[in-house]
Amino acid sequence: MTRDLITANVLTGFLGAGKTTLLNRLLSGPDLGDTAVIINEFGDIGLDHLLVEKVDGDIVLLKSGCVCCTVRGDLKDAVLSLFERRARGDIPPFRRLVIETTGLADPAPIIATLAADIMLKYHFAIGNVVTVLDVPNGLHNLQTFEEAARQVALADRIVLTKTDLATADACAALRAAVEAINPAAIVTSGDESGAAARLLTQDIHDLGSRPAEARRWVTSARHGDHRHTSPDRNRHGEIRAVSLTMDRPIAWARFSLWLSLLVHRHGTRILRLKGILDVEGAASPVVVHGVQHLIHPPFHLGDWPCERASLLVVITDGDLGDLQRSFSAFMGMRAEAHVGITTSL
Amino acid sequence: MCGLCGAFANADHWSQGGDVALVMPAAERMRQAAAANWVLSARGLKLSVWADRFVLRGPTGKSVVVDHLGALWPAADSLGGHVDPLDPVLMARLEDAQ
Repeated sequence: MTRDLITANVLTGFLGAGKTTLLNRLLSGPDLGDTAVIINEFGDIGLDHLLVEKVDGDIVLLKSGCVCCTVRGDLKDAVLSLFERRARGDIPPFRRLVIETTGLADPAPIIATLAADIMLKYHFAIGNVVTVLDVPNGLHNLQTFEEAARQVALADRIVLTKTDLATADACAALRAAVEAINPAAIVTSGDESGAAARLLTQDIHDLGSRPAEARRWVTSARHGDHRHTSPDRNRHGEIRAVSLTMDRPIAWARFSLWLSLLVHRHGTRILRLKGILDVEGAASPVVVHGVQHLIHPPFHLGDWPCERASLLVVITDGDLGDLQRSFSAFMGMRAEAHVGITTSL
Repeated sequence: MCGLCGAFANADHWSQGGDVALVMPAAERMRQAAAANWVLSARGLKLSVWADRFVLRGPTGKSVVVDHLGALWPAADSLGGHVDPLDPVLMARLEDAQ
């Protein structure tokens, strides 16, 4: 379904982390030649714009400051403008859109705008969220600024940059910190230039990448369980990763009821959710994932990446309570109560 | 739009299954309503299936049409049926009923 849509990636990272350097490298390769870019900027001069030379024609600079503050207006207008110019043939038919946020941005409202807007959601599919973190300042930023930790929590891919300016121990410490916040993300070093394009091109919507992606989610969920015995491994400040499991098939009705209620009541504190489900009556696993209130349409995975079971990784801002107990209680409830069918109002 | 009732077409929502092949969407809606009523009954609310959507009735008889589960909970809030899936009392009730 989503392969007919334009993939939209969010590139985020704290101030000075090296987002634009990475973007330049990504766009210089042949795999991402059909990419349009939207850059958000602070101040009067779009310095980042001057650096992204390859895509001059497709850049829309948001002049009113932080993406988060104006996301539903400026960003929507900018994306629609690009799409309309593409449809008219004014610009090349780009197949991918990269939105580079400001260093202080929370990526969640950007994702929500693209995925929930009634016009945009039929033209764009959310691809990987890539978060850039520089090793010399990364750990300090994570511990000091909530925005930096949220950027890591929401990421599908995390790129550690400026590794040549730090010791191996510092690199290892930062890697451990980001893996504790977000065990489901792939963490790479910015030096791995050969793998740069894959940051964007390999995601859960890519049929070729799906099995490996799902296996990684399962692995992270299981590691999460192990880490739970060590209180600090899965917690970073107020952000924590929780693994939920169910070893018998679950009813879609109960799962959809539970998750819709959970994100309604606590969605602002659910930074990320990823998982595979063993749904009653389904031969293959069902993939669910989402950001805050926004849950993407579920889809089937071809084969089981593990033994049949339901596994979810939930990254939360603060302690929500006993998520596993809630999950188990809803999945196990009897639901034979009478249901009326209304024939008129 | 439905020519008989004037309702707009039901909006897409992930709870309707996305690309997941549900055996019978109508039967799935019945199951969703049945599960919801276990949760809602303690608040005096009742959910019924109405064509390809739902009707939520509050304790005073006031009714709201909801397209999908994503719209159910705001409607339940508006009818005084605040439900929290992490409420220990609700979880204990569901566990007792298993």
